[in-house]
Amino acid sequence: MAGLPSYPSGSPRWLLAELTYRCPLQCPYCSNPVDYAQHQDELSTEAWCRVFSEARALGAVQLGLSGGEPLIRKDLSALVAHARELGYYTNLITSGYGLTEERIAELKSSGLDHIQISIQAPEKTLNDKLAGTESFEQKKAVARLIKAQGYPMVLCVVIHRQNIHLMNEILEMATALGADYLELANTQYYGWAHLNRDQLMPTRAQFETAEAIAQAYKEKVKGQMKIYYVVPDYYEDRPKPCMNGWGTTFLTVAPDGLALPCHEARILPGLDCPNVQDFSIKEIWEESPAFNHFRHFDWMEEPCKSCPEKIKDFGGCRCQAYLLTGNMKATDPVCSKSPLHHTVEEAIDLAEQDRVSGEPKPLIFRNSGNSKTLG
Amino acid sequence: MIQDTTRFGLSPLYRLQWEESQQRFVMLYPEGMVELNGPAAEILKLCDGTRSFIDMVNALETAFDTKGLRSDIEELVQAALDHGWITLLP
Repeated sequence: MAGLPSYPSGSPRWLLAELTYRCPLQCPYCSNPVDYAQHQDELSTEAWCRVFSEARALGAVQLGLSGGEPLIRKDLSALVAHARELGYYTNLITSGYGLTEERIAELKSSGLDHIQISIQAPEKTLNDKLAGTESFEQKKAVARLIKAQGYPMVLCVVIHRQNIHLMNEILEMATALGADYLELANTQYYGWAHLNRDQLMPTRAQFETAEAIAQAYKEKVKGQMKIYYVVPDYYEDRPKPCMNGWGTTFLTVAPDGLALPCHEARILPGLDCPNVQDFSIKEIWEESPAFNHFRHFDWMEEPCKSCPEKIKDFGGCRCQAYLLTGNMKATDPVCSKSPLHHTVEEAIDLAEQDRVSGEPKPLIFRNSGNSKTLG
Repeated sequence: MIQDTTRFGLSPLYRLQWEESQQRFVMLYPEGMVELNGPAAEILKLCDGTRSFIDMVNALETAFDTKGLRSDIEELVQAALDHGWITLLP
């Protein structure tokens, strides 16, 4: 755009394929839409293969196979084989639940590059409670099977108030499982996590203690285990550069074929995201109103509009702005310059009230029943 | 410590690949990618487990018909080791 050369323009590099919303687990921080039960249609094998081919032709090179639980798709190996043949780097993002030695071998021979599994907590009772399904021992066994098949162990643990006090134990578990990479993902408050925010958000003191433990451990295991630490942005004073800029890098395709500029964008009103069954990926990326909606800077309101930092953070996250302020064009209220920054402080206060109340609200688990009731 | 006889291989999970749409080599790894400039790609392509460091220097000096590349190559190889893209082979 003339006069605004600083907005990154580009082709998609990352394709996140959410193959299904079905999942045997019920994690209360799931990032899937709360109303997922209303979107039960799933693209066919052929449709996914076409999506992979078209996105690859545009320049996508990293492929995330996610869900829901992607292992539920019986055609997973066929999809991996097609993607690998196209030259994608294929990442399977799974709970690990239900993964067998035979299935890992089959995925490996199809060309799968990497498997990331998640564990909810470093001990059985809490893990199984958070997952809503008895899965702790099975996940640990799967972690060992993945290593045994010659894959590095990439472990993800989502961090929140129910497990943040166990940071030492989480790190020790990762070491015991021989993790090569550990992602400590502080909960981002979208989807089900937004619904359960009061029960999930840690206090600033809890977050700072856990971060100090993780950073010290990172130094200790340097060269053996790489630790990625995803910061919780409610305690930052500047927003994250969401999606590296809208429509610059990331393309998500939901199970029903909806193409999304970010995997939460389904919630944004009036965005009218296109479906891959109606348009080519090239048309979607280049021409669709949804993918152009927050490109560049013209859509911004103050204080973003005149802020020199807009070229760094693009005004932050559109979904977070919408969830906290009701206005998807607003400055992400995480930003201390936002006139609605108090909405973040209020959210922190509500979580603190829940924590000290002595009677915390029950967690709402991610399952079809709750999705139908609440969605 | 890099010596003449040291050999290197790409780390497990890392893949060096030509990207037609970007017209350059990239290094791919779990959920990430590094875009490589021409010289870096030429050096990393030779980290294939068969060549010693001195073989790599000789091959590149021949390919580019020049001398005195050793310290530049060593610097890049050391950075690649530090990033974990390549590993030392026994």
